[in-house]
Amino acid sequence: MRSICLFFQVHQPLKHRRYRFFDIGNDHYYYDDYTNETTIKNLAEKSYLPANKLLIKLAEQMKEKFKASFSVSGMALDQFELYAPQVIKSFRELAKTGCIEFLSETWSHSLSSLKDNTIFEQQVKLHEDRITNLFGQKPRIFRNTEMIYSDDIGARVYDMGYKGMLTEGAKHVLGWKSPNFLYVNAVNPRLKVLMRNFKLSDDISFRFSNSNWSEYPLTAEKFISWLNNLNPREEIVNLFMNYESIGGRQPEESGIFDFMENLIKKIATAKNLKFATPSEVVREVQPMSIVNVPHPVSWADEERDLTAWLGNEMQKEAFEKLYSISHRMANCNNEKLIKEWNYLQTSDHFYYMSTKLFLGKKNYAYVNPFVSPYEAFINYMNIISDFVTRLNEDMGVLNPEQKIASLNKLIDEKEKKIKKMEDELIQLKKLKHQKKHQKKRQKR
Amino acid sequence: MRILMFGWEFPPHISGGLGTACHGLTRELVKFDDIELLFVVPKSFGDENQSDIKLISADKIPVARKEIVFEEENKIMELLEVESEIIPYISEKEFWNLKTKVHNSNARFVETDEGFKISFSGTYGPGLLEEIKNYALIAEIIGSENTFDIIHAHDWLAYPAGIAAKKISDKPLVVHVHATEFDRSGGNVNPVVYSVEREGMEVADKIIAVSNYTRQTIIDKYGIPDWKIATVHNAVEPLTEKQKLKLKKGIKEKVVSFVGRITMQKGPEYFIEAAYLVLKKMSNVRFAMAGSGDKMNEMVARTAHLGISDKFHFTGFLKDNGVYQMLQMTDVFVMPSVSEPFGIVPLEAVQSGIPVIISNQSGVSEILSNAVKVDFWDTFAIADSIYGLLNYPALSEYLKNSGKKEVETFKWNLAAKKVREIYKSLLTKKNKIQTKKT
Repeated sequence: MRSICLFFQVHQPLKHRRYRFFDIGNDHYYYDDYTNETTIKNLAEKSYLPANKLLIKLAEQMKEKFKASFSVSGMALDQFELYAPQVIKSFRELAKTGCIEFLSETWSHSLSSLKDNTIFEQQVKLHEDRITNLFGQKPRIFRNTEMIYSDDIGARVYDMGYKGMLTEGAKHVLGWKSPNFLYVNAVNPRLKVLMRNFKLSDDISFRFSNSNWSEYPLTAEKFISWLNNLNPREEIVNLFMNYESIGGRQPEESGIFDFMENLIKKIATAKNLKFATPSEVVREVQPMSIVNVPHPVSWADEERDLTAWLGNEMQKEAFEKLYSISHRMANCNNEKLIKEWNYLQTSDHFYYMSTKLFLGKKNYAYVNPFVSPYEAFINYMNIISDFVTRLNEDMGVLNPEQKIASLNKLIDEKEKKIKKMEDELIQLKKLKHQKKHQKKRQKR
Repeated sequence: MRILMFGWEFPPHISGGLGTACHGLTRELVKFDDIELLFVVPKSFGDENQSDIKLISADKIPVARKEIVFEEENKIMELLEVESEIIPYISEKEFWNLKTKVHNSNARFVETDEGFKISFSGTYGPGLLEEIKNYALIAEIIGSENTFDIIHAHDWLAYPAGIAAKKISDKPLVVHVHATEFDRSGGNVNPVVYSVEREGMEVADKIIAVSNYTRQTIIDKYGIPDWKIATVHNAVEPLTEKQKLKLKKGIKEKVVSFVGRITMQKGPEYFIEAAYLVLKKMSNVRFAMAGSGDKMNEMVARTAHLGISDKFHFTGFLKDNGVYQMLQMTDVFVMPSVSEPFGIVPLEAVQSGIPVIISNQSGVSEILSNAVKVDFWDTFAIADSIYGLLNYPALSEYLKNSGKKEVETFKWNLAAKKVREIYKSLLTKKNKIQTKKT
């Protein structure tokens, strides 16, 4: 029996408005409300709501036979609450069917796992609590931002209490090995690793409506035959994709809804195929071997690495500057600032600064709200500058003289203490001396 | 005397100092009772301030206007050949029809719209050379239709127009050099532009340079004899009330700014290197680079590389009020130009009460004495001066106050007076030659 593990990512960044140098210190609002609202409403109408409706229907028809998993980022949830609360409602209905497993991730879809373990843990905790509250189930499986994974991250995730983790079945990691088995982390083998079958996943999410594709049109029968034709020993097929693929990237006219309905029905009723949630896979399937991932992988671009977010100097600089204030944020109690600090960490802000797809990309405006990566960078740094000035005001930054004065005071206090203790010590020594003398006398 | 002046831009549609300088100079020139002025631009947008100067827009001059007035419609073409040797055509098809007819061997074809007018964008985009050529054709018509005593052409874009007007009218030509190709390109001279400039300078009866620095360039690089070139320094307009309006500065730190196109000529990289050095020493300062240009992306990447981009900001191109907004936030202004014929913005900064650091390779450094002057490449000196101006208030206060007083003496009417003298000397020279001939 081959398990099909279906996973959807739901994430939408909170896009920044054009934030000018002159706004620094004067205007603390960073977001492009119009774009954000239209994006969310548009996707809700075209993708999230009809797709949820379909899945709820199928869950009711198939009962226990249909299973899928989701990871909904905090950024998406916050925006749904603002602009499309009916989406949250429909996700809760979906959760009630009992066929859906919700996974955990970083709250703001951030890159914190690459930088700061404390912040990483905070963000994961934040997301976990939110999901538990909303859907009534505590996530057991972890899915990091954009499938970013390495041995080190995996080990840390296990320490946070997760049993398994999803990542990309990147070729340069697996080599000749197949993604269609369960693997374990190289540092801590107790953490199970599910590898995405990018070929079959992208057939649906990217290529489905591409009429130049040799397999076009893709039908449920054809897809099932591919699933059946795999090596009989292969136990799982991980189909991980963006939820917007259904109805968004692949529009309704392409027939994606009918395809998904047919596919799910066929898999659920097939003799040798069944659906499984990541938790079930981790519980039931025997791991095949460890997988060595010394350098982080992701599901982005052809390279499957981090260069989409941290590829050029601007991205690295922005990333460093963002996390250079993390130790100060740790002491910050201002809730508004903490919230915005989380928003600022969203990985998409760094993606907009990527120079990889700068030239010759036809749909550049589709993936990047800025005219160029340079503008994205300028904008982001202006916002960071403003954020830091707010933080300074909130925390009250001491100037060097004040710092020196306070340190001097500290030294004075310590010195007094030392002197006092030294005095005590001398007295004690004297006392000891006297006692010795007394003993000697007594002996005599 | 009547002056026929050719320019390329006029406020408020400006991309740099050229339009501002033309406006300042012409406004003062017309105040003299004996001067009448016709100012021609390739395209007027209708919202220019024309209270003092009559502005002619070249795209409003029909190539065949005169003929339509005087002749029956079916004879227009014939007359045109004789009159101006410019044949307007509207579309490819029309062009072909005209081509197949027999024309005078000197006839030139030019694309026009349906009113037989040539369209101009009046900008610096692609097709610039074509526009310059067409501009000269229109100049020929204007030159033959108007009476005037002297032709005055501003910068290389208008030189061909000036030459054309001179040829048709045989009046003396003054070319006004606001910048040369050597300033703009930093040595990688475009030969086409150079040849246009050089021809203009050679044909001209007198050349006006905006600084001695530019005058020397003309002598050294264009082989023009020094007696032909006069220096008339630019000036600066007094601030208007609107520009003096105070804005709320949101930042607590000091602001050091650079205002100008981000191109090789303006030396933006030296500003960034200096900023890096200053930021090593002090933290309560921010740097702002206002403007855009072909080097902008490179500069953004450079600040990222140096790790100073949280303190170094780019504003993009600023329209005129934006510039004053920028200046109001500024504590120190830096102009590290590699080669600057004049440089009006530092004067505006000084006017607003800002201490300035300017490079020795600029025309403005010849006349402004209350400024810190450094070599553009000496980033340590620039950094040192920035640090000094920010941390020793006595120095910056002194420069602020005395600089303000000094700039008040740089008036356009003084510049206009000098230009008027040049006109006069040209006319007397011409009269002498004519009397000799007769």
